[in-house]
Amino acid sequence: MAIIRPRLVWQRASVLRLIQETPQVKSLVLEVPGWEGHRAGQHLDVRLTAEDGYQAERSYSIASAPGALSSGAGAEVTLTVERLDDGEVSPYLTDVLRPGDEVEVRGPIGGWFTWRPEEGGPLLLVAGGSGIVPLMAMIRQRAAVGSPVPVCLLYSCRGYEEIIYRQELDRLAAADADVGVVYTLTRSQPVGWQGYERRIDQAMLEAVAWAPEERPLAFVCGPTPLVESVATLCVALGYTPERIKTERFGPTGGATSTTP
Amino acid sequence: MSIPFVSRGFTGRRQRSEEAQRLPPGQYLVRGFPVLSAGPTPRTPLERWDFSIVGAVDQPRRWTWQEFQQLPQETITKDIHCVTKWSKLDTMWTGVSLDTLLQGMTTSAKYVLAFCDGDYTTNLPLDDVTGGKAWIVHAYAGAPLAPEHGGPARLLAPHLYFWKSAKWVRGLRLLAEDEPGFWESLGYHNYGDPWKEQRYAGD
Repeated sequence: MAIIRPRLVWQRASVLRLIQETPQVKSLVLEVPGWEGHRAGQHLDVRLTAEDGYQAERSYSIASAPGALSSGAGAEVTLTVERLDDGEVSPYLTDVLRPGDEVEVRGPIGGWFTWRPEEGGPLLLVAGGSGIVPLMAMIRQRAAVGSPVPVCLLYSCRGYEEIIYRQELDRLAAADADVGVVYTLTRSQPVGWQGYERRIDQAMLEAVAWAPEERPLAFVCGPTPLVESVATLCVALGYTPERIKTERFGPTGGATSTTP
Repeated sequence: MSIPFVSRGFTGRRQRSEEAQRLPPGQYLVRGFPVLSAGPTPRTPLERWDFSIVGAVDQPRRWTWQEFQQLPQETITKDIHCVTKWSKLDTMWTGVSLDTLLQGMTTSAKYVLAFCDGDYTTNLPLDDVTGGKAWIVHAYAGAPLAPEHGGPARLLAPHLYFWKSAKWVRGLRLLAEDEPGFWESLGYHNYGDPWKEQRYAGD
């Protein structure tokens, strides 16, 4: 039976504010009129148009939990964008865009890499770099609705300053015993760093992740080498392949990007 | 009359014209080879691999890996277009044409559902996998197809968005009635013509 879905149309969204998350990463808080809502993990297409009509489109993951209303007639939808130095669209979004500007968007898009609180857990969330973004929407929704589902986030970054949402993650972990946040910093570590400082491997997953007997639901998002490796390790640990959902992230979906 | 939308301060980066002409609307060019998949990469040993054609056919067919390799092989160079907006030009593949695999078969089917290791499926009209439009490929740029790119073998139907070119393919089910596959059930377009920008349901 086919599910009838309304056609996704391009619509204008206005920039409410910009948040500098890390030196290379900004969040764009958009007001989207008539937003039908989204599920944590989904993304949004963004389209830019030059004066001569030339257009460029890209997809960005939604970082906000569903259900945030704006003061106007729409909803607040937050995208988090990593600035790619050789990118065509991301430097515009991070460097040129300012509050009051408009962008064209359509979505939400993607019906697989999503989580709703009623789907339960426990959740294993594994992120590399800006792959945290769709996972953050899940963490934020869980907190917003007061879901008791235990969540474990393993987040691989190059350095401490590159951890996106660090203060918010630390605050959520400190406030809730059912939220575990573990970072691994693969390139540089601050003085006195006591955490992991290598790429995610089997020993790290065994130490951090849920046992397969707990029937965890795993979401893995990041550059391709990380996603390939972590998903394979999760299968080796005994996770059910059908309960491991993956999404590639990064400049071109991952293959040419560097691994955090 | 609505005023055409312009993104303040956006100039964009245009492709060279001969390349731009090969890009469907909304696509951009990549030089690398991005990887996309919904779950862990399945790994099927070649001695357990087979390819079958089942469903509304007079006689189901099945090839082992060895038998498959002995079929007439073609090397094709095609542009590919992913619904996530990247396109890659002049990709070179080696494999067996679906025309070869379906040759002499009697069927009333109008559709096919490709099925794969990892339970992925995708649906196409039968007319879109015949007439020199689709292949089962096992090599990319002259080397065995890597597992993350769909090896041992994947469907190649490059005239449609690349999610139709199912990775880890193990067979085709011929169907009288159309049946949506994995992404087609999750909001993506049922047919997926990149030149008509049929990305999502309703496009």
